[in-house]
Order: sequence, then structure tokens, then C-alpha cells
Amino acid sequence: MLTCKEFLQELSDYLDATVDAELRRKLEVHISECPNCFVILDTTKKTIEVYKGVQPQPIPPEVYSRLMKAVEKRLAAQKPV
Amino acid sequence: MAATTDAGVFDESGLLAKAREGDPAAFSELVNQYSRKIYRLAKHITQNDSEAEDVLQETFLKAFEHLGDFQGQSKFYTWIVRIAVNESLMKLRKRKSDRTVPLDEPIDTGEDTVVREIAVWDENPEQQYSREEIGQILDEAIQSLKPAFRTVFVLRDIEEMSTEEAAEALGISVPAVKSRLLRARLQLREKLTRFFKRKGDDVFAYL
Repeated sequence: MLTCKEFLQELSDYLDATVDAELRRKLEVHISECPNCFVILDTTKKTIEVYKGVQPQPIPPEVYSRLMKAVEKRLAAQKPV
Repeated sequence: MAATTDAGVFDESGLLAKAREGDPAAFSELVNQYSRKIYRLAKHITQNDSEAEDVLQETFLKAFEHLGDFQGQSKFYTWIVRIAVNESLMKLRKRKSDRTVPLDEPIDTGEDTVVREIAVWDENPEQQYSREEIGQILDEAIQSLKPAFRTVFVLRDIEEMSTEEAAEALGISVPAVKSRLLRARLQLREKLTRFFKRKGDDVFAYL
């Protein structure tokens, strides 16, 4: 059986589903027998989900307007190389 | 707007071709398409509104200036992310005189994958915290990461770039992206667990 340390090393790839079938099987055996690693896996997954759920805030209008002004000024000055 | 094809799909390569010929509307459309994501990225890395605004402007001005260098082997978005990341990291380096975290310290000590906090999370943290409070908890957790970890996490798990795209945007290897991402995720998990763990539970929750 994998050690907890070995499991943790593979955790990210496991969550991204980039491990091969053999390693996946070993990792799944580990979590079925190690409650701590199960919790770590579950809460790491939730960590990623909670950040993925954050939608980008709109740019504040004044920031956007200054950006477009700067871009327009640059576009008027010169064509790209 | 001129940014869509007949099918209504955002036509990036068409816009790029026009922008290269000096069509201002085409370039403005590209800016419009990506500015929100670039601003969010810059805010996450710099953690500072005014620096993020500088990064936003500099990214698109540089992109315009070097449009001729963009060959189209990578996605335009990956290319501008690389510019934005470099600009953001430059801002951090300029702050180096203060207490700011160093950027070039060795990363692979392995020590920071140590897990201390093991607890099941509450099913509904939104019942305990308002949306604003959760946003603040997430921001503060990200802010506490070293820039090298923070940047990788933002590209991979917030901007949802692939490992290869993140490696390209950051100019580092795929294994380096993976190793930093693992550490970033574990460190964030650790920090968020302190807020989101189920009350009454602690270690060995499943035993």
C-alpha cells in the first residue's frame, strides 16, 4: 500500500485525472483505507471548487475607461511593428 | 460589433489579422474580450488595485507594440497572460525593499506539503459566512501564498489554463507547474479548513 506521503505527492494529478490506471487504483485503495487522506482529498477538491466558482468581477468603469483611453491613444500614435 | 463571425462566434484569428494591419476597432475588441480576466489575474498576483490597473494597461500596450512578434503558435490569451504575469511580478520585485516575499527562493523543499489540519468541512459554509466574507477568506488565503505558488494556482485553478499553457505562460517546466500547484492547493486547503471545518469536528473526523 502507498504511504500517506506518497499519496499526497500524487494528490494533484489524481484530482486532475492525469494519473494512469494502475496508479489510480493504488491511490483509491489508499483512500479507502486511510480516513485522513480521504478527508485531505475531499477538502482539497472542495478548495479547488470554491475558487473555481468565483466569477471575475467586472472591471470598475473608471479603470476600464482609463484602459480604453490609453489603448486608443497608443493606437492613434502608431501602428504595430 | 465586428468581433463575431456570421455564426456569432468570437473570431480571434480574424481580429488578430485585422489588428496587425492596424485596425483599431479589431484591437479594441481583443482588449474588450480579455481585459476582465487580465485585471483579475493582475489583482490576484499583485493584491493591489492600483498596481493591477497599471498591469492591465501595460499588458495591452505591450501586446499591441509586439503584435508582430506573436506568431500564433500559442493562443493569444496565453501570450497576453505571459505579459501580464511578467508585469505583475515586476511590480512585486519593485516592492522588494519592503517586507515583500522573495521571488527566487528555492521552492522544492517538500516541507510545505506537510498537512496539519485534517477536518471535514461544513456542508454549507455559506450559512455561516456571507458571500463577501467568503470572498475575503479566499482572497486572504491566496494572498498568504508565496508569489511562485500563487501565480501557478491562479493560472491553473482560477483561470483554468492547462498545465502546459500555464508552463508556457510562466516560462517554467511542466513538472515545476505541477509541483507548485500541489503545494499551493495543499496550503490553501489548510488555510480554508480553519474557516470551513464542521463545528464540533476536529482531527480524525472519519474515525
